Amino acid sequence: MAVEHSPATPAGDRSRIHDIGYRGYDGPRLGRAYARRSLYSQSLRGAYGLGRSVKSKVLPMLLFAVMCVPAAIMVAVAVATKAHELPVAYTRYAIIMQAVISLYVASQAPQAVSRDLRFKTVPLYFSRPIETADYVRAKFAALASALFVLTATPLLVMYVGALLSKMGFAHQTEKFAQGLVSVALLSLFFAGIGLVIAAVTPRRGFGIAAVIAVMTISYGAVSTLQAIAFAQDSTGAIPWIGLFSPVTLIDGVQSAFLGGSSAFPGGTGPSGGEGAVYVVAVLSLIAACYGLLNRRYQKVGL
Amino acid sequence: MVRVTTFEDVTVIVTESLSKRFPRVTALDRLSVDIGPGVTGLVGANGAGKSTLIKILLGLSPATEGRAEVLGLDVATKGAAIRERVGYMPEHDCLPPDVSATEFVVHMARMSGLPPAAARERTADTLRHVGLYEERYRPIGGYSTGMKQRVKLAQALVHDPRLVFLDEPTNGLDPVGRDEMLGLIRRIHTDFGISVLVTSHLLGELERTCDHVVVVDGGKLLRSSSTTDFTQTTTTLAIEVTDSDTHPDGTRAVREALHARGVDTQGEAGGLPGAGHILLLTATGDETYDLVRDAVADLGLGLVRMEQRRHHISEVFTSSDEQRKEAVGHGG
Ligand SMILES: Nc1ncnc2c1ncn2[C@@H]1O[C@H](COP(=O)(O)OP(=O)(O)O)[C@@H](O)[C@H]1O
Ligand SMILES: [Mg+2]
Repeated sequence: MAVEHSPATPAGDRSRIHDIGYRGYDGPRLGRAYARRSLYSQSLRGAYGLGRSVKSKVLPMLLFAVMCVPAAIMVAVAVATKAHELPVAYTRYAIIMQAVISLYVASQAPQAVSRDLRFKTVPLYFSRPIETADYVRAKFAALASALFVLTATPLLVMYVGALLSKMGFAHQTEKFAQGLVSVALLSLFFAGIGLVIAAVTPRRGFGIAAVIAVMTISYGAVSTLQAIAFAQDSTGAIPWIGLFSPVTLIDGVQSAFLGGSSAFPGGTGPSGGEGAVYVVAVLSLIAACYGLLNRRYQKVGL
Repeated sequence: MVRVTTFEDVTVIVTESLSKRFPRVTALDRLSVDIGPGVTGLVGANGAGKSTLIKILLGLSPATEGRAEVLGLDVATKGAAIRERVGYMPEHDCLPPDVSATEFVVHMARMSGLPPAAARERTADTLRHVGLYEERYRPIGGYSTGMKQRVKLAQALVHDPRLVFLDEPTNGLDPVGRDEMLGLIRRIHTDFGISVLVTSHLLGELERTCDHVVVVDGGKLLRSSSTTDFTQTTTTLAIEVTDSDTHPDGTRAVREALHARGVDTQGEAGGLPGAGHILLLTATGDETYDLVRDAVADLGLGLVRMEQRRHHISEVFTSSDEQRKEAVGHGG
């Protein structure tokens, strides 16, 4: 009976086919790389609540606005006062706004991975042509891109403003480029930390708290220890203490290599040699996060 | 004219001495079985190794020893190619509550490699085929169990696979939902031309739906045969009717009417409350169902229930030793 409605039915029967018949799919199957890209774009949009409920748009959009407003005000003031220099360096901006960035990571890393774990959607992904590494790379790249959008947009606002108020083009471009490199590194690094923590804490509340603890509390603790070291004149210890929080790690890298001024007490960041340790530390932590995520999902399997 | 689901004339699923050992348990123990096109039931008690077999066949979990092919592709090396052409419906919940069925299934279609436009079109078609209409735009969190099972089924079918693995699709459904799901599973093969491997811990429900049933126990093959072999070993039908003014004891009236038509009945054993109202009889085919329905209608009574008694899988194990030996021989 059913056979009458199969796609092979002669043309006379088309209307009925349309009603109840099953149509097969003979079109292209774009495979693994396409699936990974689809997951990337879905996750990136999701990181700003796009394609999700209105409620889930509120926080990421709000944080995005909070990130951009100070930059816009600075630009407005600089233009109005015809200043020759922006009040805050490109590389310093993300450090000043670290609490907002940490909050963004804390809210979006769990939504990127914990939901799939909590609702057990992960097995459905792995029943598709993608492998564990594809899932991890798509999620990692998506959150890093979202963070880059969050941290690079205010820099772009500052750069455009600087050019509008006719600050030196070459100088501004160089500093802006250094700022972009710095926030790109920050985005990869923070995304990795956030995802690893979120992937081992499927309960979203815990995930958020754990990310905040690792990002913000470690920064507070490290800054305090550095201040104590500074007060006791043991300035040699300051750069080494700075290795123990994500924010100060990024600060160290950029003050050593990206022309940034350090937010460390006394304004002295790590020296060239110490800075190399910072770079190695950041890069190996990013790699470690990627490795840990792969291991985590290998275990989830089905 | 149903689409042939073998792949270049290769049997749909072949396993050879397939074993899976976990540190504490042997989930599959030298399982060798060939599965052809059509609807195949994989029956076994909880822990028999059904889900483990599906994971191996999807190329997601390596076998400890032995080998397996799906659609002619080796599970150890061609996992991604298999998963492109196979659908999978897990036994557990797997749906995010805060997105609509449409959004979710479109996304899953893209994860299977369908271009965006095709993913949307196939999603609309597939959701309609599994019986989800207006509700498909609402968040899944508000769906009934039956609707969620349909969404799970839709995501397994949306990329038009050649074969689907359905892991305990009737779990948690009420009798009506169960029958609808079984009907849908049957159509996946007859109307859509997709082969099905469906698991259950109930033999009875799969007898009606499947062309072939594979029984596993403790990871070992117990029996693999077409369902006609199974149904030869009788199907029991349980019926319950209402009483009426003309027939204060409806059950008795029906029993007599059926006797008059040459059908023997028994009462429900066990003395459970209400057991006296249930009649058991042996179904010999579709005509038995018609006969019962007509008999009840002629008496002007209401048919409260007419269901196939589900043989719990243990019945297969406790059936005659003869049969058991034969089964083991078949497996060996
Ligand atoms: N990842 C695992 N680790 C250890 N044991 C497992 C794992 N998965 C399944 N098992 C065991 O293997 C056996 C078969 O399980 P399963 O395939 O889920 O059975 P079924 O699906 O037939 O109920 C069970 O004893 C189960 O506890
Ligand atoms: Mg199972």
